[in-house]
Amino acid sequence: MGNIRLKNVSKSFAATTVIPGIDLEIKDGEFVVFVGPSGCGKSTLLRIIAGLEDATSGHIEIDGRDVTNEAPAKRGLAMVFQSYALYPHMTVRNNIAFPLKMAKMDEGAVEKKVTEAARVLNLTNYLDRRPGQLSGGQRQRVAIGRAIVREPSAFLFDEPLSNLDAALRGTMRLEISELHNQLKTTMIYVTHDQVEAMTMADKIVVLNAGNIEQVGSPLDLYHKPNNLFVAGFIGSPRMNFATGAFASGYGAHTIGVRPEHLKLSRESGTWTGRVSVAEHLGADTFLHILVDGIGQVTARIAGDVPVQHGDTVYLTPDEARIHKFNEKGMAIR
Amino acid sequence: MARAVSTRRTVFFTVLAWIVALVIFFPILYTIITSFKSETEAIQGFNLIPSGTVESYAAVQAQSNYFKFFMNSVIISVGSTLLALLISVPAAWAMAFSPTPRTKDVLMWMLSTKMMPAAAVMVPIYLLFRDFGLLDSRFGLTIMLTMINLPIVVWMLYTYFREIPGEILEAARMDGASLWGEIAYVLTPMAVPGIASTMLLNIILAWNEAFWTIRLTTTNAAPLTAFIASFSSPQGLFWAKLSAASTLAIAPILIMGWFSQKQLVRGLTFGAVK
Repeated sequence: MGNIRLKNVSKSFAATTVIPGIDLEIKDGEFVVFVGPSGCGKSTLLRIIAGLEDATSGHIEIDGRDVTNEAPAKRGLAMVFQSYALYPHMTVRNNIAFPLKMAKMDEGAVEKKVTEAARVLNLTNYLDRRPGQLSGGQRQRVAIGRAIVREPSAFLFDEPLSNLDAALRGTMRLEISELHNQLKTTMIYVTHDQVEAMTMADKIVVLNAGNIEQVGSPLDLYHKPNNLFVAGFIGSPRMNFATGAFASGYGAHTIGVRPEHLKLSRESGTWTGRVSVAEHLGADTFLHILVDGIGQVTARIAGDVPVQHGDTVYLTPDEARIHKFNEKGMAIR
Repeated sequence: MARAVSTRRTVFFTVLAWIVALVIFFPILYTIITSFKSETEAIQGFNLIPSGTVESYAAVQAQSNYFKFFMNSVIISVGSTLLALLISVPAAWAMAFSPTPRTKDVLMWMLSTKMMPAAAVMVPIYLLFRDFGLLDSRFGLTIMLTMINLPIVVWMLYTYFREIPGEILEAARMDGASLWGEIAYVLTPMAVPGIASTMLLNIILAWNEAFWTIRLTTTNAAPLTAFIASFSSPQGLFWAKLSAASTLAIAPILIMGWFSQKQLVRGLTFGAVK
C-alpha cells in the first residue's frame, strides 16, 4: 500500500517561507508528478515526504500512519536522486544489496533479490562493475534497482533524468513508465520538464512559489487550466495571451490561445501579423508572429508551411478553445 | 608557432622547477654529505665529496641512545595523529554535512589559534604541564601535539568531506543506514584517501615540531628534535657529528615522505583543483 496524505505541510528556512502550507492526497498506485519552475518548492516537498527535511508544521501520513517525525528509513519509501547518489566504492551488486544488508536480510535472500532486480533492469552483465565504469543511463538503472529491492510502499524520484541527454531521457522515461505498470506502486516524480509530466503522470501537481496551483490529470490541466500560471506552464510551445480590447470582446480580462489552436491563412483572418521567425521542424512549423495590437504570438501549424521571415499572415483562433481569465488571473468557465 | 612557444615554456618551467627543488633540498643534501666527513674535513670549507667515514654516526650513537629518541618521536607523532583523527572525523563530519550559520566562524577561529606566536603561551602552558605532572612525559607531549595540529586536521578533513556529495549520505539514510552505519560504510571508505593524506601530513608536522618538544621534555620523553638540539649547543663546533645526528633525525620522515609523496601532494592540493 502507498497512500500518502499531506496535511497543511509547511516549510521555512529561517525567515524564508518556501512552502506556506500544502494539503495533498496521493492514492495507492498513482503516478504523481510534481512540476513547476525552478525554486517552486517541488524538491523540498519531496524531501519532506522522504524525511530528509523536517516539515516546519503539518503532518505527513503514509497508509494512515503519522510519519512526520519518523526517520527516512522507517517510512518505507525509496528515493532515486538526480545525481544517482550511488556508492562509488561499491560494485553494482553491493549498491543494490546495500539497503537489504542494512535491513540485516540473510545473504541468500539478498542475492536472489539483487539477481531479480538486475534481470528486470538489464544490469546482469554489469553486477561486478563499479558505478564509475557505467554510462549515465546504466547508473540511473542501478539507482532504480537499489530502490526496487526494498519493495517500498512508494518510490520518490527527484529529477532523475535531468543529467541524461535528450535521447536517453526519452528511453528512460518509457522504462520508468513501464516499471510503474509492472509494479503498480505509488510513484512521486519531481521534474521541471512538463513533457515528462504530461507523458508519465496519472496526476500532475503544478507548484508555484510553494503553493499548489492545480492538481489534475495531464489532459485536465491542458484543457481546463485553473489560472494563468497553469495555462502558461502546461503545453509546449506555451499558450499565447492577449489583454485589452481583444480580451474584453470575450468578456474577459485576459484570453489565452494555444499555438496549436490557431489557424493560418495568407488571405484573411481575425488577427493580422508579420512573421518574425519561422521554425520548420518537418512535421510541424512553429511561427513566431508579431500581431498588431497583441505582440508576439506563437502558432503551431501541422506540416511544412512555406512561410518565411517578413511575410504577412492572418491568424484565426479556434473560438471553442479560447481560455478566458478574470483580472485575478483565474479561469472563467 | 604556438607549439614552439609552449615547448619553450615547458622547458623553461621544468628547468626552473628543478633549480627551485635543488635550492630547497640543498641544505638537507649538504647535511647528509657532511655527516660522512671527518670533523677535520667538515671545517675545511665547502666540499661536496666526503671521505665516506661513518665515525660521526658511531660517535653519536655512543654518546646518546638514538633508538630511545626515535621511539619517543614515533609514539608522540603517531599517538597525537590518531588522537587528532578521533576528534576531527566527527567534528569535520558535523561541519561538512550539518553546517550551522556559525560553522565558518568556528573553522576560522580554530585556524586563528595557529596564528598565535607559540612563545606567547609558553609560560602558562609550562606551568600547566608542571602542575599536572605532564612535564617530560610522552602522554603530555602527545596531548600538546594533538592540540597544536587539530585545527589543520579538522580543516583538511572538512575540505575532503565537503567533496563528498551530500546526496550519497542521504541515499544511505534512505537505505536504512544509522548514523554510524553512514560513517562506517559510506563516508569513511569514500574518504580513505583524504584521511590517509591527512594522517601522513600530521605525522610529519608532529615529527618536526621542535618548539614544544624541546621545551617540555628533558630526558624521558625527548624525541628526535631534542636529540638534535642536544648536539647543537655542546657540540656546536663539531659539524660532522651534528650533521650525523640531524641525518638520523630526519631520515625516517624523509623516507616515509618519499614513499607517500603522491598522497601528500594530493592532500596538500585537495580542493584547489578538481
